[in-house]
Amino acid sequence: MYDAGKVIVGLVIFLALLTFPTWYNVATGKATYVPELEKAVKGDQCVADTEYMRAEHMDLLNEWRDKVVRDGERIHTAPDGTKYNMSLTMTCLDCHSNKANFCDKCHDYLSVDPYCYDCHIIPEVTK
Amino acid sequence: MKAMTSLMAVILLILLVMLGAGAANLKYFFGVIFPYAAIVLFLVGIVLRVLKWAGSPVPFRIPTTGGQQNSLPWIKQNKLDNPHNLIGVLGRMALEIFLFRSLFRNTKTELKNGPRLAYGSSKWLWLGGLAFHYSFLVIFIRHFKYFAEPVPFFIPIMQNLDGLLQIGLPLLYMTDIIILLSVSYLFFRRVVSPQLRYFSLAADYFPLLLILTISISGILMRYFYKVDIVAVKKLGTGLLSFNPILPEGIGLLFYVHLFMVSVLIAYFPFSKLVHMAGVFMSPTRNLANNNRMRRHINPWNPDVKVHTYEEYEDEFRDVMKDAGMPLDKE
Amino acid sequence: MSDKLQKPEQLVQIDFAPSKKDWMDPKVEIRKGTFNWAAIPKSTKYLDLPNVRKWQPTDDDWQLPDNWKEIILEGFRDRLKRFRSLKIFMDICVRCGACADKCHFFIGSGDPKNMPVVRAELLRSIYRNDFTTAGKILGSIAGGRKLTKDVIREWFLYFYQCTECRRCSVFCPYGIDTAEITMIGRELLNLLGLDIDWISTPAANCFRTGNHLGIQPHGFQDSVDFAIDDIEDNTGVRVDAPVNKKGAEILFVVPSADYFADPHYYGFMGYLTLFHEIGLDYTFSSFASEGGNFGLFHSNEMMKRLNVKIYSEAKRLGVKWIIGGECGHMWRVLHQYMDTMNGPADFLEAPVSPITGTKFENAKSTKMVHICEFTADLIKHGKIKLDPSRNDKWKVTYHDSCNPARAMGLLDEPRYILNKTCNHFYEMPENTIREQTFCCGSGSGIGTDENMEMRMRGGFPRANAVQYVKDKHGVNMLSCVCAIDKATLPPLMEYWVPGTEVCAVHELVGNALIMTGEKDRDNDLRGEPWAGEEDTADV
Repeated sequence: MYDAGKVIVGLVIFLALLTFPTWYNVATGKATYVPELEKAVKGDQCVADTEYMRAEHMDLLNEWRDKVVRDGERIHTAPDGTKYNMSLTMTCLDCHSNKANFCDKCHDYLSVDPYCYDCHIIPEVTK
Repeated sequence: MKAMTSLMAVILLILLVMLGAGAANLKYFFGVIFPYAAIVLFLVGIVLRVLKWAGSPVPFRIPTTGGQQNSLPWIKQNKLDNPHNLIGVLGRMALEIFLFRSLFRNTKTELKNGPRLAYGSSKWLWLGGLAFHYSFLVIFIRHFKYFAEPVPFFIPIMQNLDGLLQIGLPLLYMTDIIILLSVSYLFFRRVVSPQLRYFSLAADYFPLLLILTISISGILMRYFYKVDIVAVKKLGTGLLSFNPILPEGIGLLFYVHLFMVSVLIAYFPFSKLVHMAGVFMSPTRNLANNNRMRRHINPWNPDVKVHTYEEYEDEFRDVMKDAGMPLDKE
Repeated sequence: MSDKLQKPEQLVQIDFAPSKKDWMDPKVEIRKGTFNWAAIPKSTKYLDLPNVRKWQPTDDDWQLPDNWKEIILEGFRDRLKRFRSLKIFMDICVRCGACADKCHFFIGSGDPKNMPVVRAELLRSIYRNDFTTAGKILGSIAGGRKLTKDVIREWFLYFYQCTECRRCSVFCPYGIDTAEITMIGRELLNLLGLDIDWISTPAANCFRTGNHLGIQPHGFQDSVDFAIDDIEDNTGVRVDAPVNKKGAEILFVVPSADYFADPHYYGFMGYLTLFHEIGLDYTFSSFASEGGNFGLFHSNEMMKRLNVKIYSEAKRLGVKWIIGGECGHMWRVLHQYMDTMNGPADFLEAPVSPITGTKFENAKSTKMVHICEFTADLIKHGKIKLDPSRNDKWKVTYHDSCNPARAMGLLDEPRYILNKTCNHFYEMPENTIREQTFCCGSGSGIGTDENMEMRMRGGFPRANAVQYVKDKHGVNMLSCVCAIDKATLPPLMEYWVPGTEVCAVHELVGNALIMTGEKDRDNDLRGEPWAGEEDTADV
């Protein structure tokens, strides 16, 4: 007894599951999609360099949150000496004013669901 | 000794990728070419392995029965451990595959004074094995977000469940901790127990160390030395859409992670890891104990030399006659 | 160590620390008490087996054929092609070790090569070396081992230190069945003429006379007649037990020890009284005078050769269906192999009990019913009168035989019978019964006197469980449904648990059965008074 039918069905299921991303991307047509971030509406430099911000911004924000909420400290001094108000809405979103076109782009792309906005109100986008 | 061989092999592999992707800057090889090769080896290897198994028939129906058979209607059958039909077999296989039913029976035999043999319940191997396999599965599925765009609906759900403890930032995934603990347990039990050490092969330590390296590098990237994961996903979707692009600026740690994953899946079909497929095909588990209800066919049922009654009667006719026994030929 | 069997207190000093020697080193010591004598040429010649010669495992030169290596590798390749089980079991073991302390031979000997995983690795290492790419390139790093004559000696020792009981398979997460490994290992050894006498001679006898003991037809008739006389002495009832009667409704097949050995014989008397009492229209066959099948322990081909007579005799005698007596490995063959090998039995009818009208749905294709299924059904329908107090002198426990337990699942039928035929029935601890039952230590053709040390070691877990219920409940009777058990448990009990008797389930049935027209019965089927010496357990 070979049970060839069952073996083949099993293999097809196995291959279908493992190649899921491939045919899923074909179906959605978004294989080549890469998030493009809206440029900041003002300011010429960020609180830290882009490479650092891209990977580690959540740590910086977390640190800010702790300092403001727990220690009452509000001023962040960048390595070049510039001072910033430690505030997501008033500092970050002041320049990157459109959350949907900036924060959410990557967060959605990578299925990141930060709990920042559980508390913070998203400022309205000025047209 | 054999553990050391495996450890050396894993260290060599790490050095190889660090030198290759780092110093020699062969990023395209480690980021695109080798992963492709590994995927092909994995998929083709598994399919060929299964077909190779399937090429041999199951000549006899040999389930190991783990409970009361189906016999008289008033005797309660153990339908899951000794199934006699397809539904029962599906149940038995589901228990085996999803809950490691047989391993759950595990006991530890001890010889005490008396002499008395005691069979203590011993569920650690079951727990460790289950914890390892499930955390691996969850982590594997979570990683689909790096390959599928938009992110499929089940991934945020899994992430939320996995990060339910809401510890730290980024949120700590329970599976990350569980896989480290369970793989370490599975490794150290082999080192510590004299019996396990006796029969463990290099091939038993190697995949555990490989998976440990993969887990640690992944955890480091998530929590400690972050890499540009947008770029990582660019690479991921590109690879699986046959449109590979190698983005700039992904840290070396990622290449270690990717390379070790590639090694793992390339190694998979040629190692004991094929138990993943084999567990479905084990004839002592996936057959119904309906041997006396339905005839099982052996395609190579051999022609054998037999001794017939006629030959028997020819040899013993006289004594049978003397004993007054009935004869076919007088 | 001396040749003489050590005392139990010495034998139980078991060292579980594995040797420092790597298991891949195949050198073994062929020590008296732990192996079986080689087959005599007369038997292997009669069966047309290869490399017929006089030899012994203790010889330095086993007189293997010159091309022994090719024979093994070709045989291995051929079996990989024929048995999916072998291929899968060679590939998927992860060596988790769950099986290690489940084997009665490992528990009783501490020899690490008796851990089921290592027993299989003995074969696997050759598989990896010669049949896998990784092994061909990496050799011993990939777990491969060169096939040498020492490996063959090692196989011979350890594939005959496994009773194919399948206990490890119950615990294996992938169901890897060491019985399957051992069976194929033995097939390979047999290709070189490395047969043991306790398997080949019974097989040769069975081929010729229909039974392992080589009892010729008139001898069989005599045995049956003796039983009829003994029953009459005991009960005052003269039963009828036809042999080779054409046109009977049912063919009854038993293991030959049932009519030739003690205590099997009392169970045989039990069958006869029962069949008489219910007026069953049945017949024995002097040719199918053996349900047991030592071919199972030799090779699948030999199993088929010895099994064929059951259907052919059923056909020749024109019966409707078949009942099989109490025997362990016999039922593995009947349940899992017979229909496939020698079926279809389309000349028979689906079994229906002529007494109760019960259709044995679970046997409708093979058309063969276990005596315990048949008797349990009779009792359930109230077709026989039983007086369980006649067995009151026995505090009974029940030993599940490996094959009915783990290849059939015949667990509750005998227990139902026991509960109806005795007042004092006690179970052994749960990890030692039912699907987790421990082997008698002497199954699969290795129950020889020369192998006594291994038998006592292998039987130790079983004996220890009996000791437990003996201490707790005063158990003095170990019942079972296996001919090998009935032959080998008595010496095992005498060695480890003196004062424990062994019996067939149907001996207890025969004792409890109230027969129509019976005389005032003073004695049980053993010819001993009902309420014999009380508390034999204290002796």
